[in-house]
Amino acid sequence: MERIPILQMGQFLLVTIQVDMHDRLALALQDDLTDRIVKTSASGVLIDISSLEIVDSFIGRVLGNIATVSQLLGTETVIVGMQPAIAITLVELGLSLSGVRTAANIDAGMRLLQISLGAPFHGGLDANP
Amino acid sequence: MSLSSTSKIADLLEKNETELLRNWLTELEASGLRRDDLMRSTELNQQCHEFLRMFRSAAQHENFSDVQAPEWGSVRQLLTDISRDRAQQGFTSSEVATFIFSFKKPLFDQLKRELAQQNDLLVESIWTVTDVLDQLGLWTTEVFQQAREKVILRQQQELLELSTPVVKLWEGILALPMIGTLDSARTQVVMETLLQQIVETGSQVVIIDITGVPTVDTLVAQYLLKTVEAARLMGTDCIISGIRPQIAQTIVHLGLDLSGVITKATLADAFAIALKKRQLTIVSKASQSV
Amino acid sequence: MPILETITILDSADIVRVRQKVRSQTVALGFGLVDQTKIVTAASEIARNTLDYGGGGSVTLEVLESAHRVGLRLTFTDQGAGIANIELALQNGYTTGSGLGLGLGGAKRLMHEFEITSEVGKGTCVTTVRWRQ
Ligand SMILES: Nc1ncnc2c1ncn2[C@@H]1O[C@H](COP(=O)(O)OP(=O)(O)OP(=O)(O)O)[C@@H](O)[C@H]1O
Ligand SMILES: [Mg+2]
Repeated sequence: MERIPILQMGQFLLVTIQVDMHDRLALALQDDLTDRIVKTSASGVLIDISSLEIVDSFIGRVLGNIATVSQLLGTETVIVGMQPAIAITLVELGLSLSGVRTAANIDAGMRLLQISLGAPFHGGLDANP
Repeated sequence: MSLSSTSKIADLLEKNETELLRNWLTELEASGLRRDDLMRSTELNQQCHEFLRMFRSAAQHENFSDVQAPEWGSVRQLLTDISRDRAQQGFTSSEVATFIFSFKKPLFDQLKRELAQQNDLLVESIWTVTDVLDQLGLWTTEVFQQAREKVILRQQQELLELSTPVVKLWEGILALPMIGTLDSARTQVVMETLLQQIVETGSQVVIIDITGVPTVDTLVAQYLLKTVEAARLMGTDCIISGIRPQIAQTIVHLGLDLSGVITKATLADAFAIALKKRQLTIVSKASQSV
Repeated sequence: MPILETITILDSADIVRVRQKVRSQTVALGFGLVDQTKIVTAASEIARNTLDYGGGGSVTLEVLESAHRVGLRLTFTDQGAGIANIELALQNGYTTGSGLGLGLGGAKRLMHEFEITSEVGKGTCVTTVRWRQ
């Protein structure tokens, strides 16, 4: 069965979802990520959904589950790059993913993770002497 | 209406098609409907030709005088298409109706010539034809009106998008100053535009300033909150500023939950929070040089 | 009204197919991006119910067209267990499965027209329309 690839970037895991996931693929991702978090003791997970065209309640629930499970394992998950049309639709659906952290893009997500890890961060405008 | 008048009309349309078409086009030209500035004359010829052909086949049926009957379906469809096109092209409603009404004279002339000896039949035929053409004319203006309304609606929408500017206050900070009464249609357009702008500018903080909004109704208040939620899903923080006491009361009254939303009294307060969120500070030069 | 196509829903790959077909029809009909997303999401929700609770079924896509407006109608049918209490099933949070109970009510909010007919032991039919604005 096909699987969504998980990349490791330093202390973080990065998942970029580019295909319209069927239900089993989404569940497989949840399992794979849990495995990898345990194996790598990664301190953060970034899930980039900027090229996803639809998130329904099933995929939404899987994303929420990933966040909850990773938190129980001591890892923060950030969902990045949700498109406006999807955000509007999810809110209308009643799925606000309130326990999930979000960021506009991978960079912003990375910064968010670094802050919550207490690491110092530096970046153009944010540099604050 | 007797069968003889109907079959007479069908007959006559069949025999004199070319001549009728020519006379009709002359009539249209005289009435000023040939607007070369708005459409090409070949297009008009084509439309007249097609109308004649369909009109003739409809005339072969018993339901001739009821233009809502299925036999008239293709004529109605043709007129619908023509009216819609003209609404887009910028014709007036009387110009569109004239398209049909100007066919009366050529047709009457022809009937007079054919039925010169049969007065009763002539009167009956003219009456039938008038009735039908009037119905078709009305149909045309109705469709035209609807198409116009659509055009106007679209223009209003475009204006709406223009009239609610999203401004970039700082790198990563957007503001949406809303002014005037918000109805739900406007709010929806504005909010969708705002969320789109967030993506395009890569902003992390958005301030929705409603100082200029006197009141909101339930639906609008809900849209505001939904927008805040949607923005959060996209990774952007929202601050609502300038909530008037009256609006605050509406929100409480409706039992809407604002607990997850940052609210500030003024746009300036909101901006200060936004800068803080972006880890920026404003320092006066004087204090810096000390 | 022209029927565009009927898609059978027998496994979870079919749900993806339903999403793709509905997407391309909404694009062809000129729906805006937000509207497209709403319709596709609603279709996905109802298709999953057809599969999970209806034991499989099908969806028919139709274009509705009048002088004033254009719309897309989706009709989902199954011969499953049926829904005993439709009002309850529409409520947010009500589920007899392992879901969040958001699908049915959420789909209704995403669409303009929404109708469920169901008979216990016989099956369920969900008909829904969204008009182009
Ligand atoms: N086609 C159907 N046949 C039989 N029962 C159905 C059907 N569709 C929905 N139901 C019933 O209605 C309930 C609510 O459906 P709904 O889609 O709202 O929630 P869910 O599928 O349980 O969860 P979610 O969609 O949030 O994952 C279902 O749990 C099921 O009992
Ligand atoms: Mg469901």
